[in-house]
Amino acid sequence: MGDGAHQAGFIALALPFVAALLAPALTRLLRHHAAWILALFPAAIFAIVAGFADPVLFAQPVLFGFDWIPDLSIRFAFRLDGLSFAFALLISGIGTLIVLYAGAYMAGHPHQGRFLSFIFLFMGAMLGLVLADDLITLFVYWELTSITSFLLIGFDHEREAARRGAIQALVITGGGGLLLLAGLILIRETSGLGSLSALLGAGDVLRDSDLYMPILLLVLGGAFTKSAQVPFHVWLPNAMEAPTPVSAYLHSATMVKAGVYLLLRLNPVLGHTALWETILPAFGGVTLITGALLALKQRDLKLVLAYTTMASLGLLVMLIGAGSHAAIEGAVLYLIAHSMFKGGLFMVAGSLDHGAGTRDIASLRGLAGAMPVTFAAGLLGALSMGGLPPLYGFLAKEEIYAATAGLDVRALLLTAAAVAGNALMFSAAFLVGLKPFLGRRHDGLAHAHEGAPGLWIGPLLLGLAALFAGLKPTLAHFAFANPMASAALGSPAEIHAAVEFHWGAPLALSLLTVAIGVALYLGARRVHDVLHGGFTAIGWGPDRGFDQAMRGLLRGAFLLTHRLQSGRLDYYMTTTFAVIAVALLGSMAAGGGLPVLPAFPHLFFYEWTVLAILVVGVVLVLIAKNRLTAIVSLGIQGFAIALLFILLGAPDLSFTQFMVETLSVVVLALVMTRLRLQRADHRPWREVLPDMAVALAAGSGFGLFLLKVTQTPFDNALTAFFGEYSRTIAHGRNVVNVIIVDFRGLDTMGEIAVVMTTGLAILALIRIRVGRRGEPHPDMAEAPE
Amino acid sequence: MRTVIFRFTAPYLTSLMVLFSIFVLLRGHNEPGGGFIGGLIAASAFAIYGIACGVAPVRRALYFHPMAIAATGLLVSVSAGCISILLGRRFLTGLWTFPDVLGGIGLSTPVMFDIGVYLVVVGAITSIALALEEGDD
Repeated sequence: MGDGAHQAGFIALALPFVAALLAPALTRLLRHHAAWILALFPAAIFAIVAGFADPVLFAQPVLFGFDWIPDLSIRFAFRLDGLSFAFALLISGIGTLIVLYAGAYMAGHPHQGRFLSFIFLFMGAMLGLVLADDLITLFVYWELTSITSFLLIGFDHEREAARRGAIQALVITGGGGLLLLAGLILIRETSGLGSLSALLGAGDVLRDSDLYMPILLLVLGGAFTKSAQVPFHVWLPNAMEAPTPVSAYLHSATMVKAGVYLLLRLNPVLGHTALWETILPAFGGVTLITGALLALKQRDLKLVLAYTTMASLGLLVMLIGAGSHAAIEGAVLYLIAHSMFKGGLFMVAGSLDHGAGTRDIASLRGLAGAMPVTFAAGLLGALSMGGLPPLYGFLAKEEIYAATAGLDVRALLLTAAAVAGNALMFSAAFLVGLKPFLGRRHDGLAHAHEGAPGLWIGPLLLGLAALFAGLKPTLAHFAFANPMASAALGSPAEIHAAVEFHWGAPLALSLLTVAIGVALYLGARRVHDVLHGGFTAIGWGPDRGFDQAMRGLLRGAFLLTHRLQSGRLDYYMTTTFAVIAVALLGSMAAGGGLPVLPAFPHLFFYEWTVLAILVVGVVLVLIAKNRLTAIVSLGIQGFAIALLFILLGAPDLSFTQFMVETLSVVVLALVMTRLRLQRADHRPWREVLPDMAVALAAGSGFGLFLLKVTQTPFDNALTAFFGEYSRTIAHGRNVVNVIIVDFRGLDTMGEIAVVMTTGLAILALIRIRVGRRGEPHPDMAEAPE
Repeated sequence: MRTVIFRFTAPYLTSLMVLFSIFVLLRGHNEPGGGFIGGLIAASAFAIYGIACGVAPVRRALYFHPMAIAATGLLVSVSAGCISILLGRRFLTGLWTFPDVLGGIGLSTPVMFDIGVYLVVVGAITSIALALEEGDD
C-alpha cells in the first residue's frame, strides 16, 4: 500500500474529531438541520474504510502508523484487517444513522451541539480502538472511550441519576482499563512485542509463558468490565440515564462491544487453553441468563433493551470461550446481527418515547396506526432479535446452535444456556418491537404521532439491512462475517449459514427457543411479576454493592486523611522530626556508617566561653517557664553559633546567622504576642518527655551525620575551581557571594522566588487570623499618600 | 517598648541601618556581604522603626507596598539574567563593563542580580514583620 492509502487511514481517524470541533458552531447556525451535514462525516469514514475492501477482504491487512515514543518502542500504529474492517464499518455506518437520529431526537435542545460533539468524540475514540495495532495506542483509545462515554452518559448532568450513572461507568470501565494496561504491559514485557500484528504472527509465545495466567486475568478484567459481564454489568443499565441516541450507539455497536472486540482480537494468541475455555463460558453464561431474566423484570423499554444487551454480550463471550471454529463463526454472525437490531430497537424505543411520551411497556398499546413506519422498523428488529427467518438474526442463531449442540456435559450446558437466554430475549424482543403497536390505543396516547424523518430512517434502514443480509447471506458473509471470523480465528474461515430448510439439531433447538419465547411473551405480565418478586426478595445486588464500595472508599479516605492531617502543628513537627531522626540514625546504624568519635580537641579559653554561652542558651530554653524568655534564650544560642562561625573563619555565614537570629527573635516574639497565648507554658512531664526524646534523637542524628560527612575524604575540586576563577572570570574576591550571584545564579533565582512566594503565603495566613476577629485590615485599605 | 528614647533614636538608627545595608550590598562582591545579608539588615531596620513608631509611618516612608518591592526585586533579578540572552549569550551569563568615567568601578549583571535579591528579601521580610506588628495596634 502506498502513502495515499496511509493518508486515507489517518484522515478517517481524524474526521470524527474534526466533526466534534465543527458540531457546536454548525448547530448554532443551522439548528437541528446541522445533523444532515454532520452525518456526512461518518458517511465519509464509512466510504474510506470501505475503500480498503480490496486488500482487506483478501486477507491482506493494511498497516499504517509512525513512531510515537521511539525510546520505549511505542508506535502510533494501526491495523486494518477483517476484524477491524467490519467493526469500523459498523461504527461509522451506525454512527451515520445515529447522528441523523440525534438531530431529530434532540431538536430544540439548548445543548444539541455539545451533544453531537460528544458523540463524535466517542466515535473517534471507538474507531481508533478497533483500528489500533500498537498495544499502547490501543490502550489510549480504550481509555478515551471510557472518558467520552462518561461525558455522554452524564450529558444530562443536572440530574443526580445521570451523574451517578456516568461516574459508575467511568469507575468500572476506567478501572478495568487500568487492569488492561497492566495486562498489555505484561504482554510487551514477556513477548518483547509491542503490536497486535507481531503478536498474531508469533504463535504460542504468550500461551507458553509463565505469566500467561496473570496476563489473561488482567486482559479479561479490562474486557469484562467494558462488556458488562456479571458482576461488572451494573454500569450498563444505569447508563440508560443518557439520552436515547447514546444508548442506541454505545450499547449496540460500540462501547460494550469493545470488550468483545478485544477477546476476538486476542483469541488467536490467548485462546485455546483450558483457562480461557473455562472462564469465558462461565462468565458469559451467567451473564446471559442473568441479563435475560433481569430484562423481563423491567417495564421501561430502554431498560428491557439494556438488560438484553447485557445478555447478548454474555452470549458472545460464552461463544468466544467455547473454542470451536463454529462457535467463533456464530459469535461473529451474532455480533453483526446484534449491532443492527439492537441499534434499531433502541431508536424505536426512543421514537416511541418521543411520539407517545412514555416508555412504559404496560401503557404503550395500539400505536401501529399512529406510527406505522416505526412499527415496521420495530417489527424487523424484533424478528431479527428473535432469530426468525428470513432475517439475519436467524442465521446467527442457527450457527450458534450448530456450534454448541453436542452430547457431552459441557456442550449440553452451553446449549441449555443458549436456548434459555435466546428464549428470554425472544420474548423481550417482541415486548419492545411488537407489543406497543398491537391492541387498542387508550385515550392517554391519542396525541401519539410519527416523528421527523430522522427518527425513523435509522431504525428502518437497519431493519432492512438485516432483512437484506438474511436474504443474500453469501454477500454478507463475504463482506463481513468471513473476514471477521478469519481474523478472530487466525486462519481462513468460510461461513455457509443460509436461510434454507434443513433438518437437524439447530432447527430443533430453534423451534424449541421460539416455542418457549412465545409462551414467555404471552405470559409476559406474570413473568414480570414473578421475576420482580424474586429479585426484590434477593434485595442486595452489585448495584447497591457499588454504592457501598464507593461509600467505604470515601469513609476510608476521610479516616486516613483525618489521621494524617490532624491540623495540629505539634503533631506535624513531631512526625517530621521523628522521621528525620529515624532516617538519619537508622540508615547510619544499618549501613554501618556511624562516625568515629574524634579525640577531644584542645580549646582556647575564649572558645570555651562561646561554647558555655551556647549551652546556657539551650538549657535556658528547656527550663524557661515564660515563652518570651524561651525565645530570647533560643536567640542566645543562635548568636553563640554565629560567634563560632567567626572564630572558624566564615564571616559571611556568621553575618547572615546574626541577622537571621535577630529577625527570628523579633518575628517569633511578635507572633507570640499576636497569638495571645498564656504567658507561661504549663506542660506535664509526660508530654515534655516524648518531645525531648524526639529532639535529642534528631539532634544527635544531625550531629553524627555531620561528623561522618567531615570524616569522608574531602574532594576540593570545587574549592579549587571557585578559588581560581572567582577573581579571573567573575571579577569578585568574595567567593561566597560570587557563587551566589554568578556561578550558581539560577539556584539563587529559584530561592528568591521561594522567599517571595513564602512571604505572600505568610501574609495570607496573617490576614486570615485578622479577618476572623472581624477587624478590617489597614494594609489593604491604605493607599500611598 | 515605646519609650521616649527608643522613639527618638529609632529614625536615626533606621536610616543608619538602611545606609549600612546598601553599603553591605554593594561591597558584597569583594568583601563579606551581599544582597541577602543587606536585605536582612534593611528588613530589621524597618522592623525596628515599626516597633518604635507604629506601622503606618513605616508604610508611608516606604511609599510602595513591601510585597511590590519584593516583586520588583524578582523582576530585576530575572531581567539581569535576560540581558545576556539579548546579547546572544546564555541565560544568566555574567557581563561586565568598566566605563572610564567611574574610575575603574565595574558595572555588571551580577551586581544587578544582587540588587534584585536585596529587594526581594527586604520586601518579603518587611511585609511579614509589618503585618505581624499591626496586630498589636
